[in-house]
Amino acid sequence: MRRALIPLLFLVAGCTRTGGNAPVRVGSKAFTESVILGELVTFLAQDAGGRAEHRRQLGGTQVLWNALLAGEIDVYPDYTGTIAREILGGAGSDEESLRVALAKRGVVISRPLGFSNTYAVGMKEEAAARLGIRTLSDLARHPELRFGFSSEFMDRSDGWPSLQARYHLPQQEARGLDHDLAYRGLESGTLDATDLYSTDAEIRYYHLRVLVDDLHHFPDYHAVLLARADLATRAGRAHASIRRLEGSIDEAAMIALNARAKLDRLPESVVAADFLAERLGVHADARRESFLRPLLRHTGQHLALVAVSLGAAILFAIPLGILASRRPRLGRLILAGTGIVQTIPSLALLVFMIPLLGIGAPPAIVALFLYSLLPIVRNTCTGLTDIAPSMRESAEALGLPPLARLWRVELPLASRAIVAGVKTSAVINVGTATLGALVGAGGYGQPILTGIRLDDVGLILQGAVPAAVLALAVELLFDRLERLVVPRGLRLPVSA
Amino acid sequence: MRIEFRAVAKRFGGAGLPPIDLAIAPARTTVLIGPSGCGKSTCLRLMIGLLRPDSGTVLVDETPLTLENLPALRLRMGYVIQDGGLFPHLSAADNIALLARHLGWPEAQVTARQDELCELTRFPRASLDRFPSQISGGQRQRVSLMRALFLDPSLLLLDEPLGALDPIIRSDLQADLRAIFQRLRKTVILVTHDLGEAGFLGDHLVLLRDGAIVQQGTLADLVRRPEDAFVTRFVNAQRSPLESLEAG
Ligand SMILES: Nc1ncnc2c1ncn2[C@@H]1O[C@H](COP(=O)(O)OP(=O)(O)OP(=O)(O)O)[C@@H](O)[C@H]1O
Ligand SMILES: [Mg+2]
Repeated sequence: MRRALIPLLFLVAGCTRTGGNAPVRVGSKAFTESVILGELVTFLAQDAGGRAEHRRQLGGTQVLWNALLAGEIDVYPDYTGTIAREILGGAGSDEESLRVALAKRGVVISRPLGFSNTYAVGMKEEAAARLGIRTLSDLARHPELRFGFSSEFMDRSDGWPSLQARYHLPQQEARGLDHDLAYRGLESGTLDATDLYSTDAEIRYYHLRVLVDDLHHFPDYHAVLLARADLATRAGRAHASIRRLEGSIDEAAMIALNARAKLDRLPESVVAADFLAERLGVHADARRESFLRPLLRHTGQHLALVAVSLGAAILFAIPLGILASRRPRLGRLILAGTGIVQTIPSLALLVFMIPLLGIGAPPAIVALFLYSLLPIVRNTCTGLTDIAPSMRESAEALGLPPLARLWRVELPLASRAIVAGVKTSAVINVGTATLGALVGAGGYGQPILTGIRLDDVGLILQGAVPAAVLALAVELLFDRLERLVVPRGLRLPVSA
Repeated sequence: MRIEFRAVAKRFGGAGLPPIDLAIAPARTTVLIGPSGCGKSTCLRLMIGLLRPDSGTVLVDETPLTLENLPALRLRMGYVIQDGGLFPHLSAADNIALLARHLGWPEAQVTARQDELCELTRFPRASLDRFPSQISGGQRQRVSLMRALFLDPSLLLLDEPLGALDPIIRSDLQADLRAIFQRLRKTVILVTHDLGEAGFLGDHLVLLRDGAIVQQGTLADLVRRPEDAFVTRFVNAQRSPLESLEAG
């Protein structure tokens, strides 16, 4: 099964790794600054004459780092503090020790790009002024304050837990939420403080006060590029061209770039192209896409994710359900196993699979496949065990051998339950497939992710509405299928 | 087909069969009769190998029934379970042809056999396309019988085939069954707890109680020469309408 599945997945992903003049693959994280930097790098690589593609807004640090190690991307922007703490697990964050530590892993670090985007904590200016809060230490005097931090900040080793310990902060409750939603929480008054990036355009826009890190808790976060060591040899000119970014973006420039993308709502490619033309005299061709083209592309990607993962799940889960109904003890094990899979958070599952399957469609398909198993296995198993003993006895006494009994009697009798299980899986699958965008699998999750990032409801709807429509369509499709698969004798009105 | 139990025992906790010996004569109709729970269905299940005896041997034509010869023997046995056991997802026609289709019979032969059996069981050919839930209880029993007879088995096992039918349909079917048995001359084992039905359809009656054989013989033997008080009680428990009229 597995051996057959994996080549299939790669086929669908359309992985085109064709030796010689393979494109330079640039990655970026799912926040605007990273996407802009990714666009800058991509344009510069193209300017050197070769091909380059941008796999934009992938999950988080772990997704990007694992994709880089796995050779799924060649280069992506990151920050020295993040590299030292999150990737190297507490190495020194000075340039030289990072260079040495990364070299051991086959990764080359660029010189700093010129700005530092450190973590900070911010509050609405008027609230901070009213309470007299200027530094992080001042927070200790106000235990009633409500904190909302980005999910990544809640978990990071330099994030909330260590910040709280360092400053002896008494606030018990800190909610984890999306970074872009946190600004809205501040604005609406449901939150008092959140984590910020010091280059966020929103600081000025929302009139926020950045609290002084008086105990120097946060390390420096100088922006750098991480590249695979083989990029320089494989695509030397592109690599050299990319390095023109070193030292060329100061903090004011980065805040302006972020503001153009987030506040002026310009596409990152346009923001990046304008910057390159102005600062480096590089001409980049920023194509604006129409509404329809991305919609069609996302639909295609989404359908492929759903169809392949669900198809494989059906082929795998029905036999598993049959086995579970035949061997009750093994069955409990199978149901427990497929149940546990459901409890693994999707991002964790996706990150876990990157070293094995890279980024793009394959890890998303495998994750969706795993999530689709339980409803089908469970319904197949109960559908079969619920068959009346007299039906089994009849079939056996008739002289049908076991396989014929299964095929001609038991599966038809259980068909209704099985189709219901497949239907449940399919509808859940359509919704869950939006998470595929976190590992670059595209689909309707792509505009949703971008929309959340840019606080653009229209963009969110461009993903959410078609996803809902698709879920409905799938539901209808399976109603049809039910008529084909479930024998007519089982669909008659009960009172006959 | 000759069936024989040699010290066959099958226990379900406290209930079931103690070791019993039983010989079923070929080409005749034997009726297993007795009160509810006395082990009639269990006997049939042992004969067709749905149950394995705890001890003792079931012999079919002098050969012990084993897991190896069971599949072949089952094709020579027809079985109608207590509630008919028709498959709700198949039409009457498909129910009766299920096994033949599995064995790869040509469609023309299947149709010919269906016609033959409709005629034998007096089942309306036009109703063959209906599903079990769309035909009456009496017709369902005819379909079950056709299914059991499809491969022209040497042995026919019928577990209360007329159990839940109203008296008129029941009486019609009893007459039809008797005609069919006489025409086919097969070994038939029929289960009922109705003594009148047993006498009407059977050549040989076997009265069971708590899994043990109390008496066997013809209806006349049981009525005129009861071997113990239970036989008398069982015979007298069957009340006729005339009797009730006199008592009232
Ligand atoms: N699979 C089983 N598990 C446990 N006990 C059983 C099983 N099958 C039968 N028995 C018990 O064995 C006894 C004989 O059952 P059997 O079905 O043979 O009776 P029967 O004579 O056919 O009764 P009825 O006229 O009600 O159909 C009953 O007490 C029944 O409860
Ligand atoms: Mg019974």
